[in-house]
Amino acid sequence: MELYQLTAHQLHEKLVNKEVTAREITESIYNRIEAVEEDVKAYITLTKEDALKQADKVDEKIANGEEIGPLAGIPIAIKDNMSTEGVKTTCASKILHNYKPPYDATVIKKLSAEDYIMVGKTNMDEFAMGSSNENSGFYPTANPWDLTRVPGGSSGGSAAAVAAGEAIISLGSDTGGSIRQPAAFCGVVGMKPTYGLVSRYGLVAFASSLDQIGPFSKDITDCAIALNYIAGHDEFDSTSANREVPDYTASLNKDITGMKIGVPSEYFGDGIDQEVKDAVWTAIKKLEELGAEYEEVSLPHTEYALSAYYLIAPAEASSNLARYDGVRYGLRSEEVKGLVDMYKKTRQEGFGDEVKRRIMLGTYALSSGYYDAYYKKAQKVRTLVKQDFDRAFEKYDVLISPTTPTTSFKAGAKKDPLEMYLSDICTIPINLAGIPALSMPCGLDSNGLPIGLQIMGNHFGEEKILQIAHAFEQATDFHKKRASL
Amino acid sequence: MKINKETVEKVAHLARLEVSEEEKDMFAHQLSDILDHAEKLNELDTEDIAPTAHALPIKNVFRKDEVRDSLDREAVLANAPEKDEGMFKVPQIVD
Repeated sequence: MELYQLTAHQLHEKLVNKEVTAREITESIYNRIEAVEEDVKAYITLTKEDALKQADKVDEKIANGEEIGPLAGIPIAIKDNMSTEGVKTTCASKILHNYKPPYDATVIKKLSAEDYIMVGKTNMDEFAMGSSNENSGFYPTANPWDLTRVPGGSSGGSAAAVAAGEAIISLGSDTGGSIRQPAAFCGVVGMKPTYGLVSRYGLVAFASSLDQIGPFSKDITDCAIALNYIAGHDEFDSTSANREVPDYTASLNKDITGMKIGVPSEYFGDGIDQEVKDAVWTAIKKLEELGAEYEEVSLPHTEYALSAYYLIAPAEASSNLARYDGVRYGLRSEEVKGLVDMYKKTRQEGFGDEVKRRIMLGTYALSSGYYDAYYKKAQKVRTLVKQDFDRAFEKYDVLISPTTPTTSFKAGAKKDPLEMYLSDICTIPINLAGIPALSMPCGLDSNGLPIGLQIMGNHFGEEKILQIAHAFEQATDFHKKRASL
Repeated sequence: MKINKETVEKVAHLARLEVSEEEKDMFAHQLSDILDHAEKLNELDTEDIAPTAHALPIKNVFRKDEVRDSLDREAVLANAPEKDEGMFKVPQIVD
């Protein structure tokens, strides 16, 4: 088996046993990129030279007998909306096409302290707005399982990179499902942690009350390892939770006997493909065999979450994206007549349609006369969605549902924005409530495409999610299936 | 249709976006569809419900009032489309 096909924990063992070097692992990843990137287009920027230098440093440490952590020498891809000092951070937008941040995001600092190897910056929907990765300002990414289909969005590049063997682990960001939906489409593990568990400092803001950084990996163990190193309080992020971070790998092998699973009936409605429902129910029965108990539960405000989200997220986006004005960084339109004209032309040339649509929608929802009817109303509905979850978690350890209503769809298939927004219908309520949720593979459909299982937990309930996910993974083989690229 | 071309023009100005005639039609149609969908929220009585701006309770966060180094001026200006004498340069504001 090639090194790029292994997990971080398998590679770590080989590194400490001196069976391989970090340089060999890194070269294996770049050789793979050389072979498949032309088809997949998972990356915007590659950082090979620095990666090999970093690998040599790790090898030197090992040669000197120094102890290394689980992420040392592991090639990790970073979504291109996380600030990386001196390395282009474009958000897949023309307006930031040449931007090189003068500082690292906190997650990057944390990974650097562990001697990780940055492979490059991954493609995404522009400013993380999208559900297919077709909204990149540069080029779309393809799904490694079927190159005519989408990898999901907005972290499609990060999901595709792991699925195609172009990275061992990657980081994405999730505002309405942007980690879990592409994880489901690409047959990998993706986790959105509790809002506030991972610092957002240095993450280019889309909708600040919903955004959260999280990992993609080939299996649950790697997910837990990555979470261990990116979670934790950060004084640079005022919404960062100030609480102790447990060792997430410690919960992996605990017995799940007696764990209580709630199955929300609203997530198995008419819009969900039968093959997806069947695979998720099979997974629930498997967990029952393993000792967990399940019961159907109702989350009655689920059907309102999508509408609330598509008022709240654009409202926050319209405010956050006001900073792209052509003054301090990024694109500036030429031939302008005065300052306001410069703002308008710069933003016209720099933003794509989806970003403009959301800025317009958000500006409208926040404008005088409409604020109460749209934005405030949506924030009240958010309370109701959150209360549904609060009540459910009084009784259940986790909730289980499909991650997505369908498996990956063909590129270009969804032209209507509203139809595209429905792709996130199973993931959006989780962001409104700020709870953690994970997507993992639980089957293949009749086209051979991966199906995602979504496991949700209470605030800071990551350990229970990982515990039950690991139990399922150990009892099945879905995590071993790879895209035949 | 809730949103007409005039409303698109007004909102685009507020958002500092220049939109073409073609975009005005497109956004009028698409934003109307999305807002029609949002009407669903009116099925719910939220009179006595408090709005949630953040999913977790947050409070003011203070740090010690200590002087810290800020970014170097050159680093801050490095990405500027136009700069002059250590400052960001913009087009003339006042005629």
